[in-house]
Amino acid sequence: MIEASGLADYGVFLLTLAAIYAVFTLALNVQWGMTGLFNIGIAGFYAIGAYTTAIVTTPPDAGHLGGFGLPFAVGLVAAMAVSGVIAVAVGLITLNLRADYLAIASIGIAEILRLIFKNETWLGNGVRGLSGIARPFSDDPLVYLVVVLAVLGLVYWAVERARLSPWGRVLRAIRENELGAQAAGKDVFRFRLAAFVLGSAVMGLGGALYAHFVGFISPEAFEPVFATFLVWVMLIAGGSGSNKGAVLGAFVIWALWSGTELLTAQLPASLVTQASAVRVLLIGVLLQVILLRRPQGLLPEEKPKRLR
Amino acid sequence: MDATNLLQLLVYGVVLGSILSLGAIGVSLLFGILRFSNFAHGDIMTFGAYCAYAMVTGLHWPVWASLPVGMAGAAAVSVAADQLVYRRLRRTQPVILLISSFGMALIVRSVATLIWGPQDHSYVKGIQMPMRFGDIVVRPDHLVILGGCVALVVAVHLFLSRTRMGKAMRALSDNMDLARVSGIDAERVIVWTWALGGALAGAAGVFLALDSRLTPMMGWSALLPIFAAAILGGFGKPYGAILGGMVIGIASEMSTAVLDPAYKPAVAFAVMIVMLIVKPTGLLGARR
Repeated sequence: MIEASGLADYGVFLLTLAAIYAVFTLALNVQWGMTGLFNIGIAGFYAIGAYTTAIVTTPPDAGHLGGFGLPFAVGLVAAMAVSGVIAVAVGLITLNLRADYLAIASIGIAEILRLIFKNETWLGNGVRGLSGIARPFSDDPLVYLVVVLAVLGLVYWAVERARLSPWGRVLRAIRENELGAQAAGKDVFRFRLAAFVLGSAVMGLGGALYAHFVGFISPEAFEPVFATFLVWVMLIAGGSGSNKGAVLGAFVIWALWSGTELLTAQLPASLVTQASAVRVLLIGVLLQVILLRRPQGLLPEEKPKRLR
Repeated sequence: MDATNLLQLLVYGVVLGSILSLGAIGVSLLFGILRFSNFAHGDIMTFGAYCAYAMVTGLHWPVWASLPVGMAGAAAVSVAADQLVYRRLRRTQPVILLISSFGMALIVRSVATLIWGPQDHSYVKGIQMPMRFGDIVVRPDHLVILGGCVALVVAVHLFLSRTRMGKAMRALSDNMDLARVSGIDAERVIVWTWALGGALAGAAGVFLALDSRLTPMMGWSALLPIFAAAILGGFGKPYGAILGGMVIGIASEMSTAVLDPAYKPAVAFAVMIVMLIVKPTGLLGARR
């Protein structure tokens, strides 16, 4: 009986994290899948979102900024707003440049943010991080799972509507043929900036959901490079450009990733410290196999019907 | 902050700059020919450093003798990654190669962690006696690093300017189609470029580990300043990469005179951002 309830708890835990990853994957799909913007600074926007909601919703504390004790929903909205504002600044500098430069700049910004959160004790309590970030309504993990799934549903609905709208069509046109879109009179830079800001705001939202889930946030808590990489693998495996694919990819890859944990648990004790390296290795190899064998992903983007 | 301290920081900056230059030459050459930023470059450096470490601890070779082994190991991994994965992805967009190299970085790092463990290592145990030139302190390791970097840069220069293969590399980098129609075997040149870039990365890794310590993350942490150096010099310009590496290295170390040293990694990035805003083609003018 204890076994069964422990297993159920573990299931709820895994599902919640998978749903949070799905929020990130949908956000990346707006940037990369729909618009072709290469952002590998996902961890930076995660951190902004997580710290923003922590500062806004926790009770007052003399040790660091904030402690405004505001409700959960305000925390989420603030997380999106702050991430969005920072994305505008980043986008204005980098979106006119080639994809490589955006990639390098995005990872650099994520790194600088990590340094700031680590060293500026007045802001986020430094390496000790912020704790006591409460879950909404009740402490029950099942309730929080429902909240996260509701937010995921809302995000899915919004980005799917965006994808099908004329706005989404322009984004895809820019991705496929920038000069063509420009020739059709579209302000490419503005569309790109809007897509980048929207995606980054949703990443901030994902960061906030994560912070309320674990209740604690510190500069080292999220393994930034790896989390970013995992979101990328999820999107590519699921099918970049397709929102259904993005969600499916998040759940499938998260299941595989958690499965490797069960696998490495079988390793002899002498190799336990190396176990995480084995898991990362497996996911890295999986990405190469997907890129080589099925680059379009599990649920490929639907191509528009040809006009006759 | 007096003149002696500034001069001391300059010495550290030149040492760091020459290490970054070696890494940036490889990134820049690969970009010139294959049009993608190799995110695995930092971890290839780490791998080379560990290969040399295996010689130092296993066979008790001195570090300078282990350097070629580190370079060979890093070159072998680079060529293998190209032949197994990148070669088959070359027909797609360059950005797909970039994603693939991001995954390759994690693969190489995990393999290094599996073989040599997650803990820190260093080549030489114990404290080295520093040498004094007036008020400036220099570690013997620094002289090894500087000498090694200068020798390698001269060798690369001779290779690029005197040998057929080196000239073919520059030709491919300038104009891929023109080079192909003049009868250059592009595939062969690409394999050699990976070998050269990998070997330089291996050397940079050994020197970086000699300067501080050997950790699985050291190459990844060096990647950002290396990209900054390559962008500063103009992507695709190996000589610009040397200049860029020096500027970034010196700027990073000198910044500690006025800034909290915790922000040292951010300085390289700030220099890069300013460059991207002011002149995205780099100091020596990159191809776009």
